[in-house]
Amino acid sequence: MPAHALFREEDIRFDVDVDPVIAALEKILPDEGLVVHEAGRRAYECDGLAAYKQLPLLVAIPETVEQIQGVLKCCHEAGVPVVTRGSGTSLSGGSLPHPQGLLLALGKFNKIIEIDAERRIARVQPGVRNLAITEAAAPHGLYYAPDPSSQIACSIGGNVGENAGGVHCLKYGLTVNNVLAVKVLTMEGELTTIGSEALDSPGLDLLALMHGSEGMLGVVVEVTLKLLPNPLTKQVLMASFNDVEQGGHAVAAIIARGIIPAGLEMMDGAAIQAAEDFVKAGYDTAAAAILICELDGSDAEVADQQKAVEACLRDHGASRIQVAQDDNERARFWAGRKAAFPAVGRISPDYYCMDGTIPRKQLAYVLKRISEISATHNLETVNVFHAGDGNLHPLILFDGNQPGQLEAAEAVGSAILQLCVEVGGTVTGEHGVGLEKINEMCVQFATAEINQFHAIKAAFDERGLLNPGKAIPTLNRCAEFGRLHVHNGELPHPELERL
Amino acid sequence: MSDQDQTELLKSRLAEARSQAEPVCIVGQQSKSFYGNAQVGTPLSLAEHTGIINYEPTELVLTARAGTSLADIEKTLAAEGQSLAFDPPQFGGRGTLGGAIASGLAGPGRPWLGGVRDMILGVKILNGQAELMRFGGEVMKNVAGYDVSRLMVGALGTLGVITEASVKVLPSAVSEATLVQTPDSDVDLHALSEQLLRAGRPVTGLIHWDNRIYLRLAGTESAVEAACQALGGEQMSATESRAFWTSIRDQSHPFYADTQAPLWRVSLPPKAPLTGFTGECLVDWAGQQLWLKSDMSATALRALAQEHGGSATLFRGHLDDCDAFQPLDAVQTRLHQRIKQSFDPEHILNPTRLYREMEAA
Ligand SMILES: Cc1cc2nc3c(=O)[nH]c(=O)nc-3n(C[C@H](O)[C@H](O)[C@H](O)COP(=O)(O)OP(=O)(O)OC[C@H]3O[C@@H](n4cnc5c(N)ncnc54)[C@H](O)[C@@H]3O)c2cc1C
Repeated sequence: MPAHALFREEDIRFDVDVDPVIAALEKILPDEGLVVHEAGRRAYECDGLAAYKQLPLLVAIPETVEQIQGVLKCCHEAGVPVVTRGSGTSLSGGSLPHPQGLLLALGKFNKIIEIDAERRIARVQPGVRNLAITEAAAPHGLYYAPDPSSQIACSIGGNVGENAGGVHCLKYGLTVNNVLAVKVLTMEGELTTIGSEALDSPGLDLLALMHGSEGMLGVVVEVTLKLLPNPLTKQVLMASFNDVEQGGHAVAAIIARGIIPAGLEMMDGAAIQAAEDFVKAGYDTAAAAILICELDGSDAEVADQQKAVEACLRDHGASRIQVAQDDNERARFWAGRKAAFPAVGRISPDYYCMDGTIPRKQLAYVLKRISEISATHNLETVNVFHAGDGNLHPLILFDGNQPGQLEAAEAVGSAILQLCVEVGGTVTGEHGVGLEKINEMCVQFATAEINQFHAIKAAFDERGLLNPGKAIPTLNRCAEFGRLHVHNGELPHPELERL
Repeated sequence: MSDQDQTELLKSRLAEARSQAEPVCIVGQQSKSFYGNAQVGTPLSLAEHTGIINYEPTELVLTARAGTSLADIEKTLAAEGQSLAFDPPQFGGRGTLGGAIASGLAGPGRPWLGGVRDMILGVKILNGQAELMRFGGEVMKNVAGYDVSRLMVGALGTLGVITEASVKVLPSAVSEATLVQTPDSDVDLHALSEQLLRAGRPVTGLIHWDNRIYLRLAGTESAVEAACQALGGEQMSATESRAFWTSIRDQSHPFYADTQAPLWRVSLPPKAPLTGFTGECLVDWAGQQLWLKSDMSATALRALAQEHGGSATLFRGHLDDCDAFQPLDAVQTRLHQRIKQSFDPEHILNPTRLYREMEAA
């Protein structure tokens, strides 16, 4: 557990009389649908950020939309916080339970309602796994583009909650660019459809607002998404570089040539070694960095682009360029990258995954600073990187059994996120703020902006019952955090009294 | 005209308007003043708040002040072989970046190349309390805080004065061609578009008008050439082709000339039936956007659009007792009211332009 308390006093202001709530929920939910006993609740005490643990007051496992609606109405009336959970793979504590709240587990909503191959539209329940959609679409020659590495487990509802990305988002967009509509229940239990199957819908773009809102604005109970035809051809190239900076320049050059690859990923030397030891994908372990580039499209397009990419790689000093000869080899090139996280899990008792985005041109500088920051805390960092869109995933290695190491890892993480803001980037590209990066939000946003976020939240959830304490820091939290972290010589939130 | 930063001026004007509880009507080059419900309030002009602040071709990002003209942006991007993929209209050859974002309108390539919402990365806005705020940024992926940048797209200035915006830009297609075909039977644009897409054809425009199909192909040279050979039809010259698609985008095409009947824009799901929409029509976006000059009653037209899962906007022209946009359901009306309240509690920013109901406190 982190050294600091997870929730602040103002986040746990709810005064819940649990017995009448249990009695009311029992009438709404099926027999096994309400978990009251501690052993049962334990199963939900954390998400993918396992260092943060919190037992929920209750767990509800509804099976129909009407039941979710009943649960929400009941909780709204009784003033009980609600945390929605899809598959619980959030890496930022987004689906971490609230100590005074109900955890709403949507695992039973795992049905694909419709695949309309002709119109390339899928309608699914929120608990459906990301990969299950592509599997269901495959017989029609279609797929769902956003492909987070967690795609075998994470749910589409959670993908909307975090606006999840994946390797193919460089060309095909994030979740927000691939979802057409969501059915949402408000905290009051009212149902509405946001978005439509058309390319635009009347009114404000509430669909965009729902994406990445971390379960703070409503509960998504159905998702309509667009499917894409499988590309006719794919080609994967893998290039080695003797230093990371050259790799960064090669990325810029490819894009400057007018090519948007389907995927463009980079790994540093430590990540290459870890991945190679784990999956034996034939990676060049002598390289300081490798770049994996996937191209897709028609035969003619891919052939043209492959030539251009090879030239860019050569011009920018690639020490070795490999072109996959068949499907097997393509899969092999990807295997190491896809297994990077578990591979790192083998070389270190624990690791902490960060998620900042930076302007690509800052890559070399940021990687250098990351290794310096880590060194001052006697820790090591391994980097995998969505190079095409500047999204970094530094993995900070530590041993949670050694006193002080988790705290050191958290300090390194926080410093890295602040570095990302400093170079013009953001504290989170795709994993969300949750509880993990909530302090760093104070570095990225000023008071007016934070107030505006809270006002938006209140527009949807007046009583502040959905996922309290997450994503948007209170100004008190920022004041306290600001005492410790002075940014660019300026105190954030100077108008606040220092506590 | 030299570029200038008028943020402070705009801020103080807005603060003044707020203290007087005097509504402002946000304007750029006034190319879309006809769009949405009638304008109310004292004009607050961004036309001189101009200038490209940052453009880095290899980062695929452009940041500019809201009053920067789209034509200037296009020119700057073209010099690097890039463009705005959402291809915003420049009615009468005018239009600013801020206006393009606020209206959220996209050109004929929308189904294949994305809309404004797909390309916006960040904004600076002044909310109704004259507070300057920055959301999003210049990076491609950013999930810190609610997505206020995208919320500005299509909000028609009702939530904030956009003073600056960052957008993702993309390499322009190296090669472009337009084929004109005369269909001999009923046209199923959706089926045609799907067939092309699945065959890997680089389609970026598909229109049906006056018994002709206009098909735009844009991509690598080899792909466009192969498509032209395989598909057949009369090929426009490069100049003709560019002029044609610009005339559709900017509504300078003859179809839009006659302004007797109101002009409707009907947005539809893929493969929606087009029967029942009476009047003269131009079918864009492979059947997903219908431009309709029609005397149908607003109620009938909107009911039909809704029945097909779409919506109808009174784009140009006036009808008594008819607001510009399709009404919302009760839950969303309430959300719109509350969101408006959260950005602009005094209701001074473009009041009623999007929905009259948004002004109910
Ligand atoms: C090994 C590993 C690799 C990963 N790789 C990636 C990656 O490549 N890209 C990426 O983007 N992420 C990645 N993630 C993070 C995570 O998988 C994503 O954030 C995913 O979208 C979460 O989905 P979930 O179903 O597990 O959501 P949960 O963890 O259950 O919930 C996530 C958030 O969404 C909210 N939520 C969930 N369901 C709903 C709903 N129905 N309505 C409203 N709110 C809801 C929750 O309250 C919470 O705030 C990875 C995680 C792991 C463990």
